Amino acid sequence: MVEHTGWFDRVATALLIVGTIAVCLPILLALVVVSMPDGQELQAVYFIPGGHFLENMARAWTREDLGRQIVNSLVMAAGITVGKIAICIISAFALVYFQFRYRQIIFWMIFATLMLPIEVRIVPTYEVASNALLPAQQIATFLGFDLNLQWSLLNSYWGLTLPLIASATATFLYRQFFLSVPEELCEAARIDGAGPLTFFFYILLPMSLTTTAALSVILFIYGWNQYLWPLLITTDSSMSTVVVGVAQQIAVDEADPKWNMVMAAAIIATLPPVLVVLLLQRWFVKGLVDAEK
Amino acid sequence: MQKRALFSGSALPYLLVLPQLAVLLVFFFWPAGQAVFQSMTISDPFGFRVIFVGLDNFKSLLSGKEYWSSVRVTTMFTLCATFLSLAGGFFMAVFADRAIRGQRALKLLLIWPYAVAPAVAGILWLFLFHPMFGSIALFLKAIGVPWNPSLNGTHAFVLVTLAAAWKQFSYNFVFFLAGLQAIPKSLIEAAAIDGAGPATRMVKIVFPLLSPTTFFLVVMNFVFMFFETFGIIHAVTQGGPGNSTNILVYKVFRDGFIGQDLGSSSAQSVLLMIIVMVLTVFQFRYVERKVVYA
Repeated sequence: MVEHTGWFDRVATALLIVGTIAVCLPILLALVVVSMPDGQELQAVYFIPGGHFLENMARAWTREDLGRQIVNSLVMAAGITVGKIAICIISAFALVYFQFRYRQIIFWMIFATLMLPIEVRIVPTYEVASNALLPAQQIATFLGFDLNLQWSLLNSYWGLTLPLIASATATFLYRQFFLSVPEELCEAARIDGAGPLTFFFYILLPMSLTTTAALSVILFIYGWNQYLWPLLITTDSSMSTVVVGVAQQIAVDEADPKWNMVMAAAIIATLPPVLVVLLLQRWFVKGLVDAEK
Repeated sequence: MQKRALFSGSALPYLLVLPQLAVLLVFFFWPAGQAVFQSMTISDPFGFRVIFVGLDNFKSLLSGKEYWSSVRVTTMFTLCATFLSLAGGFFMAVFADRAIRGQRALKLLLIWPYAVAPAVAGILWLFLFHPMFGSIALFLKAIGVPWNPSLNGTHAFVLVTLAAAWKQFSYNFVFFLAGLQAIPKSLIEAAAIDGAGPATRMVKIVFPLLSPTTFFLVVMNFVFMFFETFGIIHAVTQGGPGNSTNILVYKVFRDGFIGQDLGSSSAQSVLLMIIVMVLTVFQFRYVERKVVYA
């Protein structure tokens, strides 16, 4: 039996409490700041609430285009989550369960995109986003055709989601999972006369539900918290996301920002992903830890 | 290891991989190729003329002071924030693993920062350290530190490092806690019976068993600090004061979109890609090794 007595446990508990308070300190202060009446944010340093919390939250909510930006963030996060899962699960299915020419090449092409975030190729990706048919057009021009193709993704939901879907992490997660599914299952299904699509929809998809749930939580947070990309491709503030909107409130250099409003907006912007993490904690932890394997 | 392929459709597998390949081609391979191409050209700001210059962009980057100063800042920032975040996550996980009561509530209180966007995390910390309003800033002033991150580069650096470490803390905490709880209790008990105290057990058993997790986390933290901290920098310091927080990914953005120097920005993108690829190769080497010994 491991000893569980004495000063060591007490020190550990004390440090744990101190550490937890330290981790929560920024949000505590933010909550206090929100409760301060206008112009008295300075008083928040003593961590004594000012009693205007709900009122200020309501004001922040109606001020600016917060509602509109929340909708944009939701569409973007949901679009990235659903889009990524949909295209990744079918390509992982093809890679694991089919024998076809170029399988190895395709596998390595997808593999190569792993871990290269959009931040490293922003300028050219921005050019493609301003005309998604640019590659096709340039190839056509190269081949001697004179085409004028134009499909701008700027200030659109396509632009907010599609470029961020282009990465392979989810494909790998599903591939790992499919490889762990016993082959006998597929053989049995085939003997019973199931084709590949029947097997996929009736057996593999239901089996992947926990993996999908875990992955959804991670991808939703990833999508919601995007910053650089929405900042670049949304010039129209009605297409902006809430995280970008909050940051822009303090970027106004001339006037000192209204801190109680900024913090209220920051809390509103943070609430959806935090709720997702807290309410779906089990899936969230599974999603994180699964990605390691 | 590849699974024995079980279906042999003719067109179906291609149709299944098509959506992913299409998205990757348009939004990944094309831009990446463009980055490589543009890194070897210079163009006037309106993009009318493009001149091929070979490796000149790289040469002028690597021979200039500014790039190396950004490399230095990025290295310091990445190392400091990763160390803080890993150490914090590890110790809190050790304590939480030992705690008998309230473990669930504690976990909730410690994992929520993961859900905060980096830009918002930066704003929260900026307020805490705001020279006029911030509690910590006022405390520092009271003990005689003239705190002002908008004028003092070191102060700004400390601020963004803390915000980044805080943001990544939860991730490390979750992994370390999962790792600790996966260590068989019998191992720890056997060591305890053999007379190993808590410190000895930590060094001789827990550290080695957690080393794969730690290695994985170091790589993931590096990637996070390199790229996803963009939001913190952009929202809080904009790379300043005086380039003291101008990390590489911010510099790519600033030179490309504000400075309109596409050639140099693309060359920087290419260098960043190479850095991440090296990290990825590292990572997968390690994963393979883990599979062999597991």
